[in-house]
Amino acid sequence: MLASMLRILALTRKELLALLKDPRGRFTLFIPPIVQCLLYGYVASYDLNDVPYAVVDQDHSAASCELLARLDGSGVFHRVASLDRAADVKSVIDQQRALLAIQIGQDFQRQLLAGGPADVQVIADGRNSNTAGVAMGYVGTIVEGFNAQWQADHGLPGPPIRVTTRAWYNPNLETRWSMIPSLIGTLTMMQTLLLTAMSVAREREQGTFDQLLVTPFRPAEIMAGKALPSMLVGTVQATTILLVAQLWFRIPFAGSLATLYAGLALFLLAAIGIGLLVSSLVATMQQAMLFTFVIMMPFTLLSGLATPISNMPQALQYLTLVNPLRYAIDISQRVYLEGTGLGRLLPDLWPLAVIAAVTLPVAAWMFRHRLE
Amino acid sequence: MPRHALQFPPSFAASGRRVWSLVRKEARQIVRDPSSIAIGVVLPVILILLFGYGLSLDVKDVPVAVVLEDPSPDATELAAGFCLSPYFQAQLLTSMPQAKELMLDRRVDGIVRIRPDFARQLSLGQAEVQVLVHGTDANRARIIQGYAQEAVGQWTARRAAEGKDAAGGPVTVQQRLWFNDANDSSYFLVPGLIVLIMTLIGSLLTTLVMAREWERGTLEALFVTPVRAGEILLSKTIPYFALGLVGLTLCVLASSFLFHVPLRGSLGVLAGVSMLYLLVAVAMGLLISSVLKSQFEASMMTMLVTFMPATMLSGFLFDLRSVPAPVRLIAHALPARYFVTLLQTVFLAGDVWSVIVPNSAVLAGMAAALLLVTRATMRKRLV
Repeated sequence: MLASMLRILALTRKELLALLKDPRGRFTLFIPPIVQCLLYGYVASYDLNDVPYAVVDQDHSAASCELLARLDGSGVFHRVASLDRAADVKSVIDQQRALLAIQIGQDFQRQLLAGGPADVQVIADGRNSNTAGVAMGYVGTIVEGFNAQWQADHGLPGPPIRVTTRAWYNPNLETRWSMIPSLIGTLTMMQTLLLTAMSVAREREQGTFDQLLVTPFRPAEIMAGKALPSMLVGTVQATTILLVAQLWFRIPFAGSLATLYAGLALFLLAAIGIGLLVSSLVATMQQAMLFTFVIMMPFTLLSGLATPISNMPQALQYLTLVNPLRYAIDISQRVYLEGTGLGRLLPDLWPLAVIAAVTLPVAAWMFRHRLE
Repeated sequence: MPRHALQFPPSFAASGRRVWSLVRKEARQIVRDPSSIAIGVVLPVILILLFGYGLSLDVKDVPVAVVLEDPSPDATELAAGFCLSPYFQAQLLTSMPQAKELMLDRRVDGIVRIRPDFARQLSLGQAEVQVLVHGTDANRARIIQGYAQEAVGQWTARRAAEGKDAAGGPVTVQQRLWFNDANDSSYFLVPGLIVLIMTLIGSLLTTLVMAREWERGTLEALFVTPVRAGEILLSKTIPYFALGLVGLTLCVLASSFLFHVPLRGSLGVLAGVSMLYLLVAVAMGLLISSVLKSQFEASMMTMLVTFMPATMLSGFLFDLRSVPAPVRLIAHALPARYFVTLLQTVFLAGDVWSVIVPNSAVLAGMAAALLLVTRATMRKRLV
């Protein structure tokens, strides 16, 4: 047992040396996750802070000016064009100069004073319908503010029902808060998977795998020796991203580190199991890489990272049950933002354990199978 | 004689013959290597099916808990409004702790709370409905908030029509979404997927094949033949470009016939801009592999500078208007952004030349620059 441990440690040491010995290797291991984390932290957001818009104000009244002043003063909207004719809206939107156009009819103020509802038409560029929806939501909020002010100024009763909203765990509903914790799993998985799959494939291609086989190592030990370094690298990467999230983006960490790392360890084990399975199937580095990319794409895009899993058709939702990243994202988001404890995370933890418990022995069996 | 012939600039016909024979060799290699076919044909089909159906930002059937603390008819009616809404899958509860428990387990994404004094406050014209959302997925949470507002708004409007209360706000907003009336997110996600798939075929496959040749030394072997660097480049570009076209055709067919994304521009423009982008993608693959030469490093780099940005920095999912200037600069330096703009315009808006011309020009410039640089790097390796 002790001898076996020592052998595994020796192999781990050798793997780590091979990984870290050249500066290029060190670079590709640690710089890309940091750069990606920073970049995506800024990019991966559905929030808008700059909405170019065009105005067709056919009323030119005090009321319409007041409404437009509210838009201009919001800090989000900036006016790129003031048009005279509604027909001009088409070209401004078509050319993507404005994301939306606001059209105020000529009897806007008259209708307002008459107490009847006055319409404001908002036309949005639906080429990205999600962005358009968010921008229209902002317009809605501003108009609500205008309404409240108008009602107060003219002694009108307010709306009979007020809806007060509050968001748990993310009071300002910033997408970044959701996105960056989920990057912990995503970026780590990419590298761990590739590392594991490549390390065996490289030895196979260079013929050193056969040399490894004639040593006293048993297949399970070789596997453990390949898994352990990836596990270490994965943990270090996850920590790096965690640090960027807290020190750079200043997203408050609500949970316990022990819970997070326990969840991540299980996730890494599952990811490594898949990586080893890939490496036991392929013969060359090229195949290992292709395989990794091919499975990594659906893993990433169908993980709930970019679009929620609950929006997917039922059949695909079942398919995501075998995706370890799905659970990792849930774990890191919930521990990070909500401070969820291990008990409530069980529905995420046991599938990861199952994935690891299936892939690792199967990979070990495949290794042995190949030897004979 | 052959030595003598070498001293003259090779004729165009001879050059063409050499390129043609190399293309034939490359094409055979593609056909005989199942993994290339898998990437070029099978992968696009799987990806577009999987993601076309899987990626969606359209939130519906949101599980919410409606906590009805007021048994009055008004409150019950409002709660029924939530239960009947097509956007919600409401569970009617009577106690808040129960609802909080469901929320903590993420069995519901929001809580609508109707307080005990709702009916009394309503008669005074100042009732309040509390909406709590689970903010872990911020985008979804915001959409749910909007739906809840709308559900309450509809209920008030109905009551106003019946003359029970005062009407809602004096100004009402009428929304219209151009190019996508149905507000269907697959309209912009599917064209975005085409960008991802083209990038994958164009860059990754080319990188892998070229880096393999560098690693095995077969490219150096080619250099000692009369074939010139430019001709090698051309012969590598053509087959993978053709393979990419096959993938492109499959993607466009799928987006029209499976996902019913309207194609409002002309097919010719679509084909033209796609070819331009494919050329850029292939050229990037060639350049990366001729600089890095090792399969591992080259493919890592390709993922980093082509595929990941195509997902994140292209405007495919996330709007680039809101990112800080330095990040936007990076996005502008990468080709994917231009292709996403072009595809979304050609598919949904039509042939808007003021968008098509500048974006295509950038892509064409990038393709030319990349191919020239690649040629220079390859030539340098010869010396």
